[in-house]
Amino acid sequence: MSSWHFGKDISGCGLVGFLQRRGEGVNGGVIIRAICHMDERGNGLGAGFAAYGIYPEYKEFYALHLMYEDMVALSRTESFIQENLHVEHQEQIPHRHLPSIKEHPRLRRYFVRPKRDLSEAQLARGLWVGEDDYMVRIVMTINREIPGAFVVSSGKNMGAFKGVGFPEQMADFFRIEDYDAYLWTAHTRFPTNTPGWWGGAHPFTILDWSIVHNGEISSYGINRRYLEMFGYHCTLQTDTEVVAYLLDLLIRRHGLSKRLACMALSPPLWEEIDRMPEPQRGLCRAIRMVYGSALLNGPFAILFADSHSLVGLNDRIKLRPLVAAVAGDSVYMASEESAIRAICPEPDRVWAPKAGEPVIATLKEYAEDHEDRCQRASL
Amino acid sequence: MLFKPIHQSYGDFSIERDPQRCIGCQVCLRQCSYGVHQYNDRLCELTQDESRCVGCHRCEALCPTGALTIRRTPSDFRENALWEPTYIKNIYKQAATGGVLLTGMGNPAPYPIYWDRMLLDASQVTNPSIDPLREPMELKTFLGCRPDALEVEYDGGVPRLKTRFTPQLELDYPLLFSAMSYGSINLNVHKGLARAAEACGILYNTGEGGLHPSLYTYGKNTIVQVASGRFGVHADYLRAGAAVEIKIGQGAKPGIGGHLPGEKIGREISLTRMIPEGSDAISPAPHHDIYSIEDLRQLIYALKEATDYEKPVFVKIAAVHNSAAIASGMVRAGADVICLDGFRGGTGAAPTMIRNNVGIPVELALASVDDRLRQEGIRNQASIVVAGGIRCSADVVKAIALGADAVYIGTAALIAVGCTLCQRCYTGKCPWGIATNDPYLAKRVHPDIAAEKLTNLVKAWGHEIQEMLGGMGINALESLRGNRDKLRAVGLHPAEMEVLGIKPAGG
Repeated sequence: MSSWHFGKDISGCGLVGFLQRRGEGVNGGVIIRAICHMDERGNGLGAGFAAYGIYPEYKEFYALHLMYEDMVALSRTESFIQENLHVEHQEQIPHRHLPSIKEHPRLRRYFVRPKRDLSEAQLARGLWVGEDDYMVRIVMTINREIPGAFVVSSGKNMGAFKGVGFPEQMADFFRIEDYDAYLWTAHTRFPTNTPGWWGGAHPFTILDWSIVHNGEISSYGINRRYLEMFGYHCTLQTDTEVVAYLLDLLIRRHGLSKRLACMALSPPLWEEIDRMPEPQRGLCRAIRMVYGSALLNGPFAILFADSHSLVGLNDRIKLRPLVAAVAGDSVYMASEESAIRAICPEPDRVWAPKAGEPVIATLKEYAEDHEDRCQRASL
Repeated sequence: MLFKPIHQSYGDFSIERDPQRCIGCQVCLRQCSYGVHQYNDRLCELTQDESRCVGCHRCEALCPTGALTIRRTPSDFRENALWEPTYIKNIYKQAATGGVLLTGMGNPAPYPIYWDRMLLDASQVTNPSIDPLREPMELKTFLGCRPDALEVEYDGGVPRLKTRFTPQLELDYPLLFSAMSYGSINLNVHKGLARAAEACGILYNTGEGGLHPSLYTYGKNTIVQVASGRFGVHADYLRAGAAVEIKIGQGAKPGIGGHLPGEKIGREISLTRMIPEGSDAISPAPHHDIYSIEDLRQLIYALKEATDYEKPVFVKIAAVHNSAAIASGMVRAGADVICLDGFRGGTGAAPTMIRNNVGIPVELALASVDDRLRQEGIRNQASIVVAGGIRCSADVVKAIALGADAVYIGTAALIAVGCTLCQRCYTGKCPWGIATNDPYLAKRVHPDIAAEKLTNLVKAWGHEIQEMLGGMGINALESLRGNRDKLRAVGLHPAEMEVLGIKPAGG
């Protein structure tokens, strides 16, 4: 890793995701068929999957997926984890040995929670800020301070699987067909200046956020510096990382709804805002004034997910493709309609979301309470 | 010409008058306020005393037949890398007078210009550049203190802003006209600045000379300044502007005050500044009620009280070695906007030694202040405006990429209305009618024409900024602000790149 913290790679990509709104598990084979339908969008230098609902037996624990480049990183990280976290269970992340994948990092997962006694000690010193914040710090510390160790994902009852290869290779390698999830996202990557590094593949995650992204974030330089003010440090050499941290900051820490967070990332033009009625206008103005440094500029289509929703968002002038579809209780989003049709030949509705207008799909049980209040606002 | 004392013997300029073209119309004589051109009635010919020429080029520009050429004098001393002619001539002057060397405008010495050591990025292949003639390209800029996060409340499912904002300024361009006092420049120029600010949706700054009654109408485009002399400061003045600026220091003369000679204090200026006609207007070096940071806090809040907390308070300092720590203190003292004035910043009058040797480049001060405020997590609490040697729209773009919210332009604005940077503003004889209150000279600037030129300049720079943003694939200025990835260094030492927070070109 370079000592300059400007590392940002550039890539074109394909992405797909779907949510089963009743929370029923869908086999990984389905997402594999969809992502493998967009071969033109990847060049074999990165692919990955995020799956939600895959660890029901450990759903109370943060599932840390770790990637190690060497044994030193592994032993340093494990002693750090033992020191700071209670480990309920740990194991190797199951994978197949494939002739096409010659080298891969060591892969382990840990089901953890902050140590209770530690929390009390830290509470006394005023350091304790809640389990989620604590886990963010743990992730940041491993990524920043232990060379060769990378946290691939850190949410509850979810996990990310990614590496260097075509999506079918990664699916095969990680035995994706062994998992059933109610929410899947997948990514195939076409990097133009990759270090060929497993950590650089998508999805990017923090806690239960996961992001797959197609595009280049031209505002990365300021997004990164803005996040540093709030204790986030970008270490993964890719611009997508800032999206994950921005969502965590705006939604979890600042308490914005997903819709308003999307507005901060991809806000309306001033000429549109000036035509809005109050109170919408005042709110939009305030969002742009306060969150100007969080605006994601440049071409992008992203899918971001947490344990109860899948959100698709385009840049404010739609410079990258994004298609959405609904079929019964399932919501699909992808770079290309073909990827959706491959797994859902007859959707009820297919449409191309407008620039900057998020598509927010939530679990049914979730939509009925909280989301109605926050998300179904007329914005 | 001959038999002059030695300090008047060596002029800087020579005047070539083409006898084939000269028609003896005497325009040059009337235009020159320094008495360079003379008319010999007996011989019916024009002559010149070149030792008086300041190189303002007014006569050359207005000569109807193009008969005049002003050049650096070819006569020179023997080569000496150490004793350049400037030093020799300055010693002659000081030996003759015993005085402090005076000068005007910004530091002209060949120090590094960091703007010229930074190059901008552009999109190729992986992201599309954006054509500002076809697509929106937003330059809207806000100045003021902002909360770190927003609070939203829901009213029947409709989100509504709960957070109350402190006062903000909204600008259509990331530009403001720097503080230049009424007195150092005349009312015509002030009118031009005010009208241009209104036409462009930006602000101008009164400087420390008060606000002429005829300019109160431009209040929403005015920043009223409170400096150490408190000239022209009263309740109505403070309420007249959109913002109040406390001037602690000036880039051209950090650490020292100001002096407007009594000869320049005519009736109107006397009334505006609230001092007797003909008396010297002396601004002390420090504010005598600010001897430490807590005193600054008192003045900031006194001004906020006086304006019912309706106006943001700017605090302007000269860029000096410890700017970052000072700026942090200013933000914590309640400043809504921090202004950093670099050592290239202009002035109506400054001691030459101070102007040429004190202060630091604003590029470095800006980078370190922006970094410090971010490290301390207080960057949202104040905007940063930089001044001092912004020459073109590319400088503006680079300043914003380094972390500025907006940029003050002063020298560039004066050049737009005709200034040729002869650096003799302190004489009060500006032949271009800018830095003078002599009615005969001042009427050379028509307020409407000045306003039109200034408006053109702002709009031209605005177009260029949009082009550069579009080239980078960015369609809103906030995505460039503090985005140092868009800058690369050429020919800089690693220590300088470290301060600027930028990578070398190609890296």
